[in-house]
Amino acid sequence: MAQTAHEIRPSFEALTLGIASEVFALDANTVREILEIIPVTEVPGALDFVPGLINVRGRVVPLADLRIKFGMERVENTEDTRIVVVEITLDGEPTIVGLIADKVYEVTEISGASIADTPETGMSWRADYIKGIGKNGDDFIIIPDIERIFTS
Amino acid sequence: MSGPGDAAQVYLEEVADLLVQLEESLLGLERAPNDRDLLDTAFRALHTIKGSGAMFGFDAVAGFTHHLETTFEQARKAGLKLTPALIRIALASKDHIRALIERPASLDPAASTNLLALMATCVGEAGVKPSVTPTGGALDEPEGPASWRIRFRLPPDAMANGTNPLRLLDELRELGPCTVVALTDSVPALEAIDPTGSYLAWDVILTTERPKSVIEDVFIFVINDMELRIDRLAEEPGRIGEILVRRGDLKPELAEAAAARQERLGSLLVKDGTVSAECLQSALTEQKHLRTEAGKVTVAPAVNSIRVPAERLDSLMDQVGELVIAQARLKQMMLAFDDAALRGIAEEIERLSNGLRDTTMGIRMVPIGTLFGRFRRLVHDLSQELGKSVQLTMSGEETELDKTVMERLADPLVHIIRNSLDHGLEDPETRRRAGKNPQGTIHLSATHSGAQVLITVHDDGRGLNRDAIRAKALENGLITDDAALSDPELLQLIFHPGFSTAAAVTNLSGRGVGMDVVKRTIESLRGSIEVISPPDVGASIILSLPLTLAIIDGLLVRVGHGRYVIPLSAVVECVELSDDMDQGHKGRNFLNIRGDLVPFLRLREAFRSPLPPDPYQKVVIVSTGERRIGLVVDELLGGHQTVIKSLSKLHANVGTFSGATILGDGSVALILDTAYLVARGQSQDAGRKAA
Repeated sequence: MAQTAHEIRPSFEALTLGIASEVFALDANTVREILEIIPVTEVPGALDFVPGLINVRGRVVPLADLRIKFGMERVENTEDTRIVVVEITLDGEPTIVGLIADKVYEVTEISGASIADTPETGMSWRADYIKGIGKNGDDFIIIPDIERIFTS
Repeated sequence: MSGPGDAAQVYLEEVADLLVQLEESLLGLERAPNDRDLLDTAFRALHTIKGSGAMFGFDAVAGFTHHLETTFEQARKAGLKLTPALIRIALASKDHIRALIERPASLDPAASTNLLALMATCVGEAGVKPSVTPTGGALDEPEGPASWRIRFRLPPDAMANGTNPLRLLDELRELGPCTVVALTDSVPALEAIDPTGSYLAWDVILTTERPKSVIEDVFIFVINDMELRIDRLAEEPGRIGEILVRRGDLKPELAEAAAARQERLGSLLVKDGTVSAECLQSALTEQKHLRTEAGKVTVAPAVNSIRVPAERLDSLMDQVGELVIAQARLKQMMLAFDDAALRGIAEEIERLSNGLRDTTMGIRMVPIGTLFGRFRRLVHDLSQELGKSVQLTMSGEETELDKTVMERLADPLVHIIRNSLDHGLEDPETRRRAGKNPQGTIHLSATHSGAQVLITVHDDGRGLNRDAIRAKALENGLITDDAALSDPELLQLIFHPGFSTAAAVTNLSGRGVGMDVVKRTIESLRGSIEVISPPDVGASIILSLPLTLAIIDGLLVRVGHGRYVIPLSAVVECVELSDDMDQGHKGRNFLNIRGDLVPFLRLREAFRSPLPPDPYQKVVIVSTGERRIGLVVDELLGGHQTVIKSLSKLHANVGTFSGATILGDGSVALILDTAYLVARGQSQDAGRKAA
């Protein structure tokens, strides 16, 4: 989703989380809850980035691992590992998905003015997976396009 | 649940039902044009569509329906004969009414006029002028004027439902001079009065030359719920009169014109002192008593059903599902405590939740006759279009099926019936030459078979043409020239995508939507489809479907670390995988089950389990239709009430599983898609045969 360099994006409340060495920001409004690690049922034959299912309050919810989509190494769960349950729209249907995060930081405001376009070079990831790069103090925050990641 | 928007919605739902009634009665009238009940049903449906339509602002619907109603009025009253042509126009009009309601914008404005013109011509041919107003029927006209006592009481909610008692009284007044007495005995105390309630009863003494049926017709739309008693006074002297005669000399009065009798009788007698007010009162009391007795007999049983939005049922079902899961957890927890009191409670809750589950699933069940009924019209229209004479018969219409399953079944069945009519049944001439009844028969039947419902579409046509199927399959590269196929395998080919043997693409079939779509739909409902077609005696397509989509009985098994549910309805038997079966046939995965070779699939390998296999593996034999496959598992864990949760789109690529469920310990288990696995096993089988 290429946008012009001068366009100011709206500010938004974000949940920041750490995956591998990067910080990601999810729109806080899409986050339903944050869970500690719970038993995961493996789905044989599923795509690598949605390897399993979890039980979220009686719902069967797919568990996705963004690390696979961003070509990051899988790491063992630690006591900081969390599952962030988000509600997204897949092919026009609201769908609940769990995302594995190595660490969950905080809910913070990301100012629209601080959001920069995805640089064309210097990134090893598919540019269309990222809506933009925000800043929180001196840290860079990746704003992923969750819906695009799941539909491509 | 109130407000104008909802009211219009309720009207739309009501009309949908009424149109179905109308269509069924029209189709019935086609066979039995003189059936009075069917005629009345059709008329009542039309009248209600018209009346409510005007009330809710569907003026075009009301206007059009009015003309149709007039025609049926003539059929009822003036002996207008319902010719097949007229029925056809009425059916077209019924479709037109639906269109007027559903998509008024896209309609040709002349359509209404054209239909009405057609109808007028038809009515004219049938021998009655459309303008003739229905005056007294010639059938059972009594000799000269007669007096009637009409006693009626509307149900308390009559006015809320749109019945206006004043209109009923006005209609009676139109029939002849009459006297109306309101009976206020049932009016409750002021604080208990519901302002929209109907508490009055009426005694109407009517003198008319019209027959009794005309009086009854006034009440035709409310007759099922009301108390109504119509007595001919000449034959059965009015009870008040009878009682009063015993108390005074009333003979001259009785001889008076009946129209004025009641009023004079009461007031005159009291005024003259012939009968005291108390006397009259007691007569009235006695009369009231008699009326109550009579009322007991005449009150028709009210229809005890309510209309509930489907979403509410769905959410109820979801919650019952949650409850079943919670109950399973409780049961598991209970095992950890050796406490008799706790066990008692847990068992009580288990019993209650099972009962609630069954009741809730029962709510969703609807008799399949409602679906079958829709096909009458289809067969009627198609047989005319194709110039074939076809009779549609049905059995097992009362068989119940989950509403969701049934709705999704409609399109596949339409397709199958179309195929039967188009390809299966021959034209009358061919049938005659083959020594068959020129009229073909399509039979729809439904029966229960365990946790499944079998739906069969049978036709007595020419049956499936095996040579044509084989040729077509060869042409499309589905089979090789030398493929040795068993008969069932050959017939199964018609379900292959893109397969169609229709030499000419007709208006009806061969439009690219093939039997493969039918098969996919049925399988998405966790059902299966089968063809049986002995040559020359027709064909049967058998659909077997689960009773419900929501909760199934499952067999819980373990493969490696994972636990999986196999739908119990698919399980045929379980056997142990003995060493010689396992090792003896190197590379050949077949079991010898009582002489039959059954292919088997090692789930541990299919699921890439890292664990070493258990020493005593089990084989669960599952089947769909006539085909079987063994699934090798590590352990059988037992039965499990399985609340089915569908998988998200993110797992749409995984064919092996049809859904997931939540186990007693809160973890998720996958449900095996047996139809998929059987097909996979069979292709393995086919691979072996080809090799």
